[in-house]
Amino acid sequence: MSKILKPKDIPEEEFILSGTRACSGCGLSLAYRFALKALGKNTIITVPASCSTVLHGMYPCAAVNLPMLNTAFESTGASASGIRAALNILGKKDITVLAWAGDGGTTDIGIQSLSGAAERGTDIIYACYDNEAYMNTGTQRSGSTPFGAYTTTTPSGKKQRRKNMPKIMAAHGIPYVATANAVYPIDLFQKFRRAKDEFKGDTRYIHIFSPCPPGWGFEPQDLIKIGKLGTETGIWDLYEIINGKFTLNNITMKIVQGKIKRKPVVDYFRAQKRFNTLSNNAIRRIQEEIDKKFQEYENSFA
Amino acid sequence: MAKLLLNGNHAAANACKDVGVQVIAAYPITPQSPIVERLSRFVDDGKLNAEFVRVESEHSAITVCIAASTTGARVFTASSANGLCLMHEQLHWAAGSRLPIVLACANRAPAAPWNVWTDEQDSISQRDTGWVQLYCEDNQEIYDTIIQAYKLGEDPEIYAPVMVCFDGYILSHTMMPVETIDDSNLIKEFLPPYKPHTHLDPNDPCIVNLVTFPWIRHDPDKPGIEKMGAYPEFRYALQQSLLKVPEKFKKIDKEFGDKFGRYYGIYKEYLCDDAEFIIFGIGTLACEARISADLLRKQGFKVGLINLKLYRPFPRDDLIEFITKHPDIKGIIVFDRNLSYGYEGAVCTDLKSTLYSAHFDIPVHNYIAGIGGRNITAEQIASATKKSCEMILKGQIDKKPEWINIDMED
Ligand SMILES: Cc1ncc(C[n+]2csc(CCOP(=O)(O)OP(=O)(O)O)c2C)c(N)n1
Ligand code: SF4
Ligand SMILES: [Mg+2]
Repeated sequence: MSKILKPKDIPEEEFILSGTRACSGCGLSLAYRFALKALGKNTIITVPASCSTVLHGMYPCAAVNLPMLNTAFESTGASASGIRAALNILGKKDITVLAWAGDGGTTDIGIQSLSGAAERGTDIIYACYDNEAYMNTGTQRSGSTPFGAYTTTTPSGKKQRRKNMPKIMAAHGIPYVATANAVYPIDLFQKFRRAKDEFKGDTRYIHIFSPCPPGWGFEPQDLIKIGKLGTETGIWDLYEIINGKFTLNNITMKIVQGKIKRKPVVDYFRAQKRFNTLSNNAIRRIQEEIDKKFQEYENSFA
Repeated sequence: MAKLLLNGNHAAANACKDVGVQVIAAYPITPQSPIVERLSRFVDDGKLNAEFVRVESEHSAITVCIAASTTGARVFTASSANGLCLMHEQLHWAAGSRLPIVLACANRAPAAPWNVWTDEQDSISQRDTGWVQLYCEDNQEIYDTIIQAYKLGEDPEIYAPVMVCFDGYILSHTMMPVETIDDSNLIKEFLPPYKPHTHLDPNDPCIVNLVTFPWIRHDPDKPGIEKMGAYPEFRYALQQSLLKVPEKFKKIDKEFGDKFGRYYGIYKEYLCDDAEFIIFGIGTLACEARISADLLRKQGFKVGLINLKLYRPFPRDDLIEFITKHPDIKGIIVFDRNLSYGYEGAVCTDLKSTLYSAHFDIPVHNYIAGIGGRNITAEQIASATKKSCEMILKGQIDKKPEWINIDMED
């Protein structure tokens, strides 16, 4: 990545006002706050049914100070396409269009309209904040819920592996795909800036790890701790895929370079109630997989 | 003005070009596909300055229209059968957001089993979504109605989406001479540029379709929004606007006719002045029934015809006025190319409720005709009508809905 930003480089202007309806310690809110700071005022957002809908407030009071169009759960990619089409024909091409959706709205019910928008190369930034379940409807499993996690529809732990959505998006051949983590706001800010400034005119996709205290079973004050563990254990890697080229960044890169020591995954799993039914054997297996993944990273990047 | 030989689909596409639609999003489905194909051509050839979003489904097509319309563009989509059914969720959304989207529906039977022929089940199934529905009986009417539909939907007293329906194949694929207006200035005099009531503007941020409460919200400390309605108030306002549609449409139709020489009204009547029996329906079936009325007149039955153009909102007051002015009516025979399964034809039910609400004690018989594109001749309509006339004259007023031209034993 280019120049590393400092906190003082982040604009002070806030677009999320006081009184959002998100829970305390919500990863999605933190990610949204910095994504909006990066995109700035000249932005139109569209949001499907999700925790984000609720975050925006209840009529007639809005908690976000940017224009936003609510849209049906599975329709985010199409909604963003429609905003873009209208802006083009009305001669307002310089406005950034942001689609902001949850993992359910992205990896499950909305994958079709997103894939369509990406295949058309629609000039939008699509961000998926991934809290790894359908939180707004009470923590049901999604295609992005990890193996072993308790949800209300996987009461004995999810038996299947999750989808790798960023890779699916990269397979569309779009110029910019990145992952981010809500608790690394500067990295996240920089990726949204980059998507906005360097790849305008095509579809850009950012997938954000967004810990959720009530859904994952940890205390709100532990948001940063859990979020960091996600990346420090190698569960959630930070990377970019720019015109097809994969590069690791930030903490993940430092781990691969040996500048930071990777933590054992058990630290991450045992800090959250949703993994209570995950056996020590399963955790050992996951550790082996992560070790193997990092061995491959080291072969390529160290 | 030009006289062109156009099928129904192409008449619809030409109307979109002539009103200067700005965003089009549609997905192919028989028998509607030629509309989008022709519009794609118009856009690629530079004859229409519009954004054409080649979406991956009908759900996305209508969503693109919703978002583009909210952003301030004049939009168009088209569909049929399964495609229209796939849009269903978003049809509610479009009406709830009060967006003047125009949708052309080339009517076709929804599967299963597969069938691509005409049947009004697809659009009738969308009846309760809050859209205006207008039905056409020839290609000139399709062209004209699309232009009228924009004028109606974009009227600030209405702000509602409009579905322009016409029978698949019978109109969609049949060539007829159509007079097109072409002159964009002339059209602009009738239909000024779209003035959106919604806006998505970074200089004046506002969030569209926030979550609403069931109850009225009281915020005494918030000036300007101390007391705000919620979902029921939004929906009540939609209903109130829709109830204004019949009067508004009559005005628009008059203005259109004065300017372009063609009038339609919210229903078309034929031989009704002295009629004792009325054949009642929508679309081409009711058009065909003109011949049936002629045949029956020759046999001594005083039969007239009403072909309803405006089906939703149902023009209750106009129909009551019609009945009041025609005291000789002894019975009404409704032909439905649709069915509320388990009951009767949708148009029949609506008509009955209108009659009941004004205390008219007129027998209504219902025939289900032409489902899945089954051919129905004027003679078949005439013989069914005759059967009902004879029954009603004998005082046998109660009759179950009957399918005509169907090869089944009871
Ligand atoms: C067509 C449709 N099906 C189901 C729902 C109910 N629903 C609303 S939000 C939601 C889950 C959202 O999950 P996700 O996209 O992960 O966002 P989160 O709530 O976790 O932020 C569901 C199932 C809906 N609104 N629309
Ligand atoms: S349920 Fe989770 S994602 Fe949703 S608002 Fe609460 S903390 Fe945030
Ligand atoms: Mg989620």
